[in-house]
Amino acid sequence: MIDVLIIGGGIAGIETACSLQDLGYETVIVEKERTIGGHLNNWDTLFPTHRPASEVLEYYTEETRKRALTIYLNTYVTSIIKLDDGTFEVNTSRDVIFHSKTVVIASGYSLFNAERKEEYGYKIYDNVLTSADLEKKLKTLNGEFKTPTDKVPEKIAFIHCVGSRDEKSGNHYCSKLCCVTAVKQAIHMKQICPQADIFCCYMDLRMYGPGFEEMYREAQEKYHIQFIRGRLSEVGENADGTLQLKVEDTLAARPSKIKVDMLVLMVGMESPQSTALFKETCGLQCAPNRFIQPNDHHIGSNKTNIDGLFTAGTSIGPMSIFDTINHAKASAITIKNYLSRN
Amino acid sequence: MRNFGFTTTKSRTIDYEKIDTRLISYILQNEPSFNACLSCGSCTAICSAGNLTSFNIRKLSLQIRLGDIENTKLEIDKCMLCGKCLLECPRGINTRNVIMLIKKGLNIIDKNEI
Amino acid sequence: MENYFILPFTLGMITLFVILFIKYGLWIARLSHIDKLRIIQCIFTRRTWDAIVESVMEGLLHRSIFKRNPLLGYMHMSLAFGWFLLIVVGHIEGFLCYGTFANAPWIPIFFQYFVHYQFPGERIMTNLMDFLLLFILSGVLLAYFKRLNSKIFGIKKTTKLKPFDKMAMIALWFIFPLRLFAESATAALYGNGGFLTNSVANLFILIHVTPTMESILWWAYSISLGLFFVGMPFSRYMHILTEVLFIFLRHYGIKLKKQFNSYSRIQVYSCSRCGVCIDVCQMHVANISNNQSVYILKNIRDQNLTDRKLYNCLLCGRCEQVCPVKINLNDLRISQRIRATKEYNSDYAFLQSLPNETPTTGKQPEVIYFAGCMTHMTPGIKKSIVKVLDKANVNYIFMDKEKGACCGRPLMLAGQYEAAKKLIDFNRKKILESGAPVLLVSCPICYKVFRDDYELGQITIKHHSEYFLELVEQGRISLKKSNSSIVYHDPCELGRGCNVYEQPRELLKKTGTLLSAKQEKVMSLCCSGSLGDLSLSMPDRNVIKAETLKVLLQKNPDVLATACPLCKKTFVKGVNIQVKDIAEIVANAME
Repeated sequence: MIDVLIIGGGIAGIETACSLQDLGYETVIVEKERTIGGHLNNWDTLFPTHRPASEVLEYYTEETRKRALTIYLNTYVTSIIKLDDGTFEVNTSRDVIFHSKTVVIASGYSLFNAERKEEYGYKIYDNVLTSADLEKKLKTLNGEFKTPTDKVPEKIAFIHCVGSRDEKSGNHYCSKLCCVTAVKQAIHMKQICPQADIFCCYMDLRMYGPGFEEMYREAQEKYHIQFIRGRLSEVGENADGTLQLKVEDTLAARPSKIKVDMLVLMVGMESPQSTALFKETCGLQCAPNRFIQPNDHHIGSNKTNIDGLFTAGTSIGPMSIFDTINHAKASAITIKNYLSRN
Repeated sequence: MRNFGFTTTKSRTIDYEKIDTRLISYILQNEPSFNACLSCGSCTAICSAGNLTSFNIRKLSLQIRLGDIENTKLEIDKCMLCGKCLLECPRGINTRNVIMLIKKGLNIIDKNEI
Repeated sequence: MENYFILPFTLGMITLFVILFIKYGLWIARLSHIDKLRIIQCIFTRRTWDAIVESVMEGLLHRSIFKRNPLLGYMHMSLAFGWFLLIVVGHIEGFLCYGTFANAPWIPIFFQYFVHYQFPGERIMTNLMDFLLLFILSGVLLAYFKRLNSKIFGIKKTTKLKPFDKMAMIALWFIFPLRLFAESATAALYGNGGFLTNSVANLFILIHVTPTMESILWWAYSISLGLFFVGMPFSRYMHILTEVLFIFLRHYGIKLKKQFNSYSRIQVYSCSRCGVCIDVCQMHVANISNNQSVYILKNIRDQNLTDRKLYNCLLCGRCEQVCPVKINLNDLRISQRIRATKEYNSDYAFLQSLPNETPTTGKQPEVIYFAGCMTHMTPGIKKSIVKVLDKANVNYIFMDKEKGACCGRPLMLAGQYEAAKKLIDFNRKKILESGAPVLLVSCPICYKVFRDDYELGQITIKHHSEYFLELVEQGRISLKKSNSSIVYHDPCELGRGCNVYEQPRELLKKTGTLLSAKQEKVMSLCCSGSLGDLSLSMPDRNVIKAETLKVLLQKNPDVLATACPLCKKTFVKGVNIQVKDIAEIVANAME
């Protein structure tokens, strides 16, 4: 019998495992991918410090190695069943059945599929990228930055709230981190393409965290990024591959047309499909935004409606990396209390 | 009234106590979703009528809230009811119904029925 | 003296005929001049015969209801056809007895009361009449049950009644049981009954039936008949005869106009409130069950139609497909919307000042392509259409590439008829001036209005599924078949609206394996995105959409194909599989 089974080997899962080890518990991590680290593997730099994502990743890789954490890679969970004695049976894709006293869902998030927002032209027009595509591109950047149609960009637009705060995409909630990510990426682009004009089209700018507002100010003052308060409605493609954006500048109360070389869609976070599976197999309660519903919003955010089943990180909603790490640490303490009580 | 040789302009300050609420209340009564607008402007940017004229449905909705009935009368007739804004609205506002309610509401106000 | 009991019946019948004569007379008189000419021209043609056949099949036998719901069909048939035969056989009985057909109208109705003696064929006729009565009574019994519990009939809800309806209905319920009892009482006294009346008479003998009791029963029978006749023109039973009138006018080629007129009224009164339209309505999924066509027609009659009900309809046309009377339910509803909004139509004065020039290609264009508002929101479709046209070397004009006015159909659906006309005139001029022989559209909503209201003369209007199939057949493009499985969703305006069902399927068969859906073609479900509905809320639309998707995706297809940008946009936010317009599928499959 394992003390804690952790679903997901992203930073939430690894941090939970590390903290629990410090508290003296034995854990097993199940990760569906070939490597640990989750989405962090695809990210170039982190806000608000522009620090390389690889630094954080390396730290956790090193911890994993040092602590000799047990991780099953290439394994995904097919069902979680709570047994009558209060323990859990977790079935996986690999014919391994785990029995554990507690389970932590640290399965993270998935990114909104921008193809569902057809009027933005993702996968229809060559020069439309998502924020994740841009990170990948920046991560592997070798030499001068060029658009997918091989042009040094002169105009770039970032579109906030793609698949967030949008009933039509099925996601009514704010994804919280896209605003600051857009500002970070806009600054980054300006740094590597100083000649380019950069626009951010936003509905509301939500700079909620430490250092975020400062970044926004820097983007305005130092990098001359133009912020347009308006939501993109339609994209057209010109013969030369440039894109024609239709946005209302709501502050000027006039429709505007912007011609850009590259369009970056700030895709939001969605609850991964696995959450729906857990909901089905063990009656886990989900919020209207499809993320896991914490048992108590304020004082029990790591707990779920099922005793012994805990959460860490973005499985309960969009979260930044530092919030995720804190949430994972909190999860470890909550689990310790649970295990020592039972 | 005596002519003093000059006219006074209407105050530009919004006096929330003196707003003509007839039209907005009529719309909200029949289409509560109209209240959910977050003024993102995507309706205006995509608007087929806005492509041909100065029609600005987002601005109009603000003006209606402020009770500007005269200007609404001039503007509303430009809408072609094509429904693009309905598809685009991130808050799922029933924009086509709002337009029809504005038209009917203005008609009723003209007849002094509200 | 004792024959006074025929008075309620006779007076009721006279009242009925007078009212019907006036009503029908006015309705026909108010038809347009052209429609009247049509009637005169067609009256001695085969159309009259066809109308007679349909009147018998639908008005008496209720074949269409039978097909959809056998139990309900039987109920309607036993009442209508049974009663009809009862009258016919009654007259034959009168003929056999008196040697003439020219008997007083009450003779066949109260035959048993008047004739106690033997006449040729008496035994057969009496038993035949008893059999017909039994046939009707079985229908009446079903009607009782239907009122008590409509679920027996598989009907979700039955219609509510107003006073005249109640009076006529109760009278109708009593007519045939009372006839049975009255005839049985006579049979008990004089022994002139058939197998049914004699059996009941045997029971009556046990309680010593008297001539007074007999008289009371005949009076009651006559009164119920009289009440039914007086109530009929003011109740839903008005449909019995109006339906026949409607069938004749329809066969004479009279078409429903956008504006509510005399013919619309005839259609409204032809509704029998059978409730078949209630069952097929998708609104039930969202728990909306007060706005179905049958209720709207009732509200039109009673002049108490509210905006909420009037505008809360997808105008998908499924009810029209199943209506046994073939009432133009969609256009009738639109005509009410036209009526409700006629005081505030836009004149779109700004169109006058727009540079109204049609783009040209230099050469004689083969096609003028109108993308429409919705296609501009689905760049995938727009790009694919252009790709296919380019590949096939079609010389085309893109009419609304930069700036374009709406086609007018959304206004039409909302009842803004005069406003729609303005847009139609604006666009029509451009299309005609282009000189292209074919108008290509990629949106079925536009397609419908171009076909119905544009009067484009020689220009043929084609949806891209039709046009692309032609391109394939002419060998101008060739398609490669893949092994993906595809399910096709018929858009309402393309399928039921314009009768295009096969061309999209032909195309899809050339690109993959086409799966069938449980409800497709004429009975295809609406995606819920329809512009026909003005007041349906987003959550309700989502519920309806989910149900439609459940039906479409039953066989787990790889691709959900449709032929309408609005359907595509509606579906795409609800599923994880690929949703593609037929244009995109064709563009991808081109070799």
